[in-house]
Amino acid sequence: MKRLIKLEHVNKAYRQHQALDDVSVSFDDGQTTVIVGPSGSGKSTLLRTINLLTQPDSGTLSIDDLAVDFAKPISSAQKIAMRKKTGMVFQNWNLFPNLTVRGNIMEGPTVVLKQSKTEAAAHADELLKSVDLLETADRYPNQLSGGQQQRISICRALAMQPECLLLDEPTSALDPEMETQVLRVLLELAKQKQAMVVVTHNMVFARAVAERIVFVENGRIRYDGSSDGFFNATDERIRHFLAGISLSEGSSMA
Amino acid sequence: MWEIIKTATPQIIAAGIRYTIPLTLLSFAGGIFLGVITALIKLVVPSGNPVKKGLIRILQGIAYFYVWLFRSTPLLVQLFIIFFGLPNLGIKLPAFTAAVITFSLNTGAYSSETIRAALLSVPSDQWDAAYSLGMTETSVLWRIIFPQAVRIALPPLSNEFIGLVKDTSLASSITIVEMFTVAQQIEAKNYEPLVMYMLVAALYAVLCSVLSLLQGWLERRTSRYAQEGDEAVD
Ligand SMILES: Nc1ncnc2c1ncn2[C@@H]1O[C@H](COP(=O)(O)OP(=O)(O)O)[C@@H](O)[C@H]1O
Ligand SMILES: [Mg+2]
Repeated sequence: MKRLIKLEHVNKAYRQHQALDDVSVSFDDGQTTVIVGPSGSGKSTLLRTINLLTQPDSGTLSIDDLAVDFAKPISSAQKIAMRKKTGMVFQNWNLFPNLTVRGNIMEGPTVVLKQSKTEAAAHADELLKSVDLLETADRYPNQLSGGQQQRISICRALAMQPECLLLDEPTSALDPEMETQVLRVLLELAKQKQAMVVVTHNMVFARAVAERIVFVENGRIRYDGSSDGFFNATDERIRHFLAGISLSEGSSMA
Repeated sequence: MWEIIKTATPQIIAAGIRYTIPLTLLSFAGGIFLGVITALIKLVVPSGNPVKKGLIRILQGIAYFYVWLFRSTPLLVQLFIIFFGLPNLGIKLPAFTAAVITFSLNTGAYSSETIRAALLSVPSDQWDAAYSLGMTETSVLWRIIFPQAVRIALPPLSNEFIGLVKDTSLASSITIVEMFTVAQQIEAKNYEPLVMYMLVAALYAVLCSVLSLLQGWLERRTSRYAQEGDEAVD
């Protein structure tokens, strides 16, 4: 399988705290990788690094045919070229409140990819239809539920036709019913072999969708391998983490 | 008394249309322009090569000095310096131009702080989301951040606008025949200060009220998207 994203020896410190500690990890094309780990372990920092929203202190990142060295200044043109390769989905969806639902999805394609309005609108409606939200196209985001907004934000990311989707706890801010709506969309994307890196605390979903699991703790990668290997691991830290998760939430997924 | 009001009102209104309103609109437009530029200069984080960094720092120094200067001196004094003072330096401006420049600079200094606060109050998540799509800084600013900031800045900016309407009466002191000047001139002939100044006050009030209605309409327009939805589930 093609190697799509590759991070090597990435370090990021906030004051004394090492958010990413010599992280080397790569993600393959067409594959769904689930990132798990305790809160504050550096999962968001890792995803934001891939999307260049956070600039680490050192290390390298390559996506497809592009590469950057974090120790050197990165030009905005370089950042933009790399960001176009990935699509980001945020925990709180971060839709643009001043644009309609369709406008949100068209924004990237028209402004960044210079698509025509008609083309972008047609593609937006297609995406909305695939998540059962076509009827919301002309509404504004804050008239919609969290589950609806998150599905729309997935459409917004997909409209850029990214090589890989990066999802940072896409269902953590949702109640179980809405979580299910969003997870269905993600399961469908996984089936279509859309490359995805998903940070989640939902272990039922992780089991169902992950072809690979990366376990992060204290800014370090502690496990990187198969889903079965992870859930049956004898490693003390992993067992402790999984026990904590199953206690704190029912890991619900209808 | 009614006779006085009947003859004076049209004259004052004419002065309003001729001077007060154009002076207000031009000065406000100029002020917002200066305010936006000043706010943006203050918000830029100096980066890039040393020359560019230095240039940004100098511009920021100028911006801070400008805002400080115009907020800590009386408007009337500013008006006098620009109209009566600058000719000593060989800069002789027509009264109307001097007034527009002074009121613009003054409005710009105040509105820059309002605009800066509004831009900062848009959550950084919005920057992240727009950047993640591959948008340039300029696109994010104008297409995503500004529209949201306008909504936040509109009520305080409307206050500044109404304040400006009333402040234009100071232009009477530099020979501009605006509403208040006309009232003074008529009063000098009929010796009815109470009636005349009450009348001009009433006309300013009418003008401000009309503008307030306009503000309400603008606010509804720019915040359409922020109204509570009827189907919001959570
Ligand atoms: N902008 C920031 N400023 C300071 N510290 C930060 C910032 N972002 C993250 N951190 C710190 O870095 C660590 C990793 O954070 P994060 O990547 O958000 O963890 P996770 O997503 O796994 O919960 C945490 O200790 C967090 O407090
Ligand atoms: Mg996080």
